[in-house]
Amino acid sequence: MSETTAAPAHQFETLEQQREAATLGMWIFLATEVLFFGGLFMGYTFVRWSYPEVFEQASHRLDATIGGVNTAVLLLSSLTMALAVKSAQLGKRNALVAFLSLTALLGILFLGFKAIEYHGDYVDHIVPGIPSYHFEGPSAPQAELFFWIYFAMTGLHAIHVTVGIIVIAIMAALAWRRSFSPEHYMPIEVTGLYWHFVDIVWVFLFPLLYLVGHR
Amino acid sequence: MIPLPTQFYIKICAALLALLALTWGLAYIDLGSWNLGIAMGVSIVKAVLIMLFFMHVRYSSRLIQLVACAGFFWLLILLSLAMSDYRSRGWIPTRRPDLTQSDR
Repeated sequence: MSETTAAPAHQFETLEQQREAATLGMWIFLATEVLFFGGLFMGYTFVRWSYPEVFEQASHRLDATIGGVNTAVLLLSSLTMALAVKSAQLGKRNALVAFLSLTALLGILFLGFKAIEYHGDYVDHIVPGIPSYHFEGPSAPQAELFFWIYFAMTGLHAIHVTVGIIVIAIMAALAWRRSFSPEHYMPIEVTGLYWHFVDIVWVFLFPLLYLVGHR
Repeated sequence: MIPLPTQFYIKICAALLALLALTWGLAYIDLGSWNLGIAMGVSIVKAVLIMLFFMHVRYSSRLIQLVACAGFFWLLILLSLAMSDYRSRGWIPTRRPDLTQSDR
């Protein structure tokens, strides 16, 4: 059965108020996410401020090409997500399913590149905490800090991308079963907010991790 | 909210990709200490574009706009208070004999 009624849920006066409540709830969650990642950004700031030259050496070992291509992949996936929300607003069910699927596929592409990158890091012996880790030079312990931060930040981000893909896939299935309408599309809008947030985090991670001291 | 034109979303995405190219290119040019500042400036512009147009903050109520900024404002408090502590250590000489220079 599809939920296409134009009436708001009984605790709301109007549909507009109901939409505002959904958006507000998501933004409050995203504020907690900013601070969740914020702790790692704080750690990054302190360690980089303490050992700026070690960060330049260690950052050179990362694959900036994969990092940059992945940034483009996520930015494109944000475009397809925005177009999915627009399709939902207009009640275009087929376009909605198509754009959600495309967004999920771009997310999977991102994780695929990430897997290739992590494998490259393993082959290059820069995965900290395992016996094969090896870094030449007097600043090896500080470089290890950089690699820990790199894996913690990109790893936490990759978990968020995975969650996003799962949620978008569920939304695509619901859209396929005609669960949304121009009056009832907030799950899509709110999923979009989460996905764009994950994109914003990567926008900062790319220059901070991959582009330190290439000059 | 009235749906925005598809063309408009494509233009925003094109601007974001252009800014990505700018960050990437500037990383290979030596601007001294300006490299980090400019890279962060470009990232902030990208984040603001995503928030205003993809996340519709530009078209949301004041309440949503305020909450959207709140998380980032608190992050700024975290970064500035913690770093002002680390940066200012040792500015005032301590007279405690049991503390060496490196402990300050």
